[in-house]
Amino acid sequence: MMFFRRWVANRWTRQIVFFAALLAAWQAFAWIGPLPDYVFPSPLGVAQSLARGFQNGTFILGIVASMQRILIGFGISAVAGMELGLAIGRIRLLDETVGSLVLGLQALPSICWLPLALLWFGLSEAAILFVVVMGALLSITLATEAGVKNTPPLYLRAARNLGARGWRLYALVILPAALPAIITGMKLGWSFAWRSLMAGELLYVSLGLGQLLNAGRELNDMSQVIAVMLVIIAIGLAVDRLVFAPVESRVRERWGLQG
Amino acid sequence: MKLKVRGVTKKFRSKNGALTALEPIDLDVQAGEFVCLLGPSGCGKSTLLNIIAGLDQPTTGEVRVDGEPARHTGTDRVMIFQNAALFPWLNVIDNVAFGLRMAGVPKIERQETARRFLRMVHLSDFESAFIHELSGGMRQRVALARALALNPDVLLMDEPFGALDAQTRDLLHDELQTIWSDTHKTVLFVTHNVREAIVLGDRVVVFSARPGKIKQIFTINLPRPRQIESYAVVDLAREMMTVLRDDVLTSEREIEQAVLRHDLEAQIEDGMRATFREVGDDVL
Ligand SMILES: Nc1ncnc2c1ncn2[C@@H]1O[C@H](COP(=O)(O)OP(=O)(O)O)[C@@H](O)[C@H]1O
Ligand SMILES: [Mg+2]
Repeated sequence: MMFFRRWVANRWTRQIVFFAALLAAWQAFAWIGPLPDYVFPSPLGVAQSLARGFQNGTFILGIVASMQRILIGFGISAVAGMELGLAIGRIRLLDETVGSLVLGLQALPSICWLPLALLWFGLSEAAILFVVVMGALLSITLATEAGVKNTPPLYLRAARNLGARGWRLYALVILPAALPAIITGMKLGWSFAWRSLMAGELLYVSLGLGQLLNAGRELNDMSQVIAVMLVIIAIGLAVDRLVFAPVESRVRERWGLQG
Repeated sequence: MKLKVRGVTKKFRSKNGALTALEPIDLDVQAGEFVCLLGPSGCGKSTLLNIIAGLDQPTTGEVRVDGEPARHTGTDRVMIFQNAALFPWLNVIDNVAFGLRMAGVPKIERQETARRFLRMVHLSDFESAFIHELSGGMRQRVALARALALNPDVLLMDEPFGALDAQTRDLLHDELQTIWSDTHKTVLFVTHNVREAIVLGDRVVVFSARPGKIKQIFTINLPRPRQIESYAVVDLAREMMTVLRDDVLTSEREIEQAVLRHDLEAQIEDGMRATFREVGDDVL
């Protein structure tokens, strides 16, 4: 009894039980329910699709293609966003002009850039990259700007007193002081970029996870569709939990921003 | 004269008009002298120190270092802030070497210098630690090493030990006295603790509050090194407070006739009371 109580009290246990029950109910409904497999596949069917996708390499190719795009797009956004945010945060004129432009554009879901990108770049990698960049760039810019504006003045005074001037003050004091905010912005930017990429690949593109989703639909293969959805969820979560979350908490701890 | 403060005033603009933080301040500090600025909080000590550091501009008046007007901040006068103001993104040795890096000193050389000063403040074992891993006392030691590494003529210390426990503070008093007598720096040290001022200072400059001005300057002739709990220091602290209290009372008595009793009390409260109470706790 004691053991059972402790077992139930554990958060992991509750979650595992919930998801196991969900799977079981799903499987049961797929077996006894009236819907055909291509409309309502069983979890076992999805698992088979997953295994097949990885075995024949199509999922791997799709993942590699999508990851490549997002890494390039996100990298461009990170570098450009930090510089833009730094400039907007420090220069009043840019703040009043470009700053409000960025704020306005942030209201536009980035997939809305796709038609424009297609007209500019044609059906090419550049078009999809553009959409990804527009997804991440603005939130990284805004976060950097906020971080720069909130730099504790004490750091700046100490640095100036110790002889920091010009670009060194920016690169070695202002940017690192803003790093916690920048990382939070990158985390947000990443999730925007990932969503935009999937939307973009779904609407058009040669290879990638979004295209695999489309392929599943065209083949009436619902279990592949669900399998790819699971892969997309897994990658989104993994990057957030395994890359951004640890970096964010380490930086916040080191910067003295949490207990 | 190393430092000359001439007619320095400071007004801040605030919502309800201008706030005079400093009335004209005149102060001379000799090379190698240890001068303590003592006064209740809010009396403008930090404001004056920041102006001397060149981090803020005076409303009127000027500061001269070696006879030259010191309008901009410079590494000849390095500030040590109350909460150390170390950079959390750098480890201890890189913090200490920061000023040297800004001065363009090559990496190997500046690390060597930084290590030397970390030895001086007894933190050699912590050179690769990060700031959040250090205690308050260790942070102030790092800040001291970071300042000393630039070999400035003048150290400006703004209540550097104000937030430390008494034991750590006493230890740092000893270390600071040793370092000062070894390095012959000119030191301006802000505190609101009378005994701390007496332990460290050749002279103690007492400020009165709002608007801040120099009330009286005491010369401390006790032999060094001094200990904060020694009778000589405690006695002198009590004596100094009596002088200051009488001073406040006589000057207040002159206007007393015209002023209601609670008004007077409010004024004293506003003025030196704050110091007396803090100091009284320390002494008694
Ligand atoms: N940047 C500022 N703007 C407005 N008022 C200020 C500013 N800095 C200090 N003051 C005011 O000036 C007075 C002196 O402050 P400060 O020099 O910090 O005192 P102390 O260091 O002696 O405690 C205080 O009343 C404070 O509120
Ligand atoms: Mg102060």
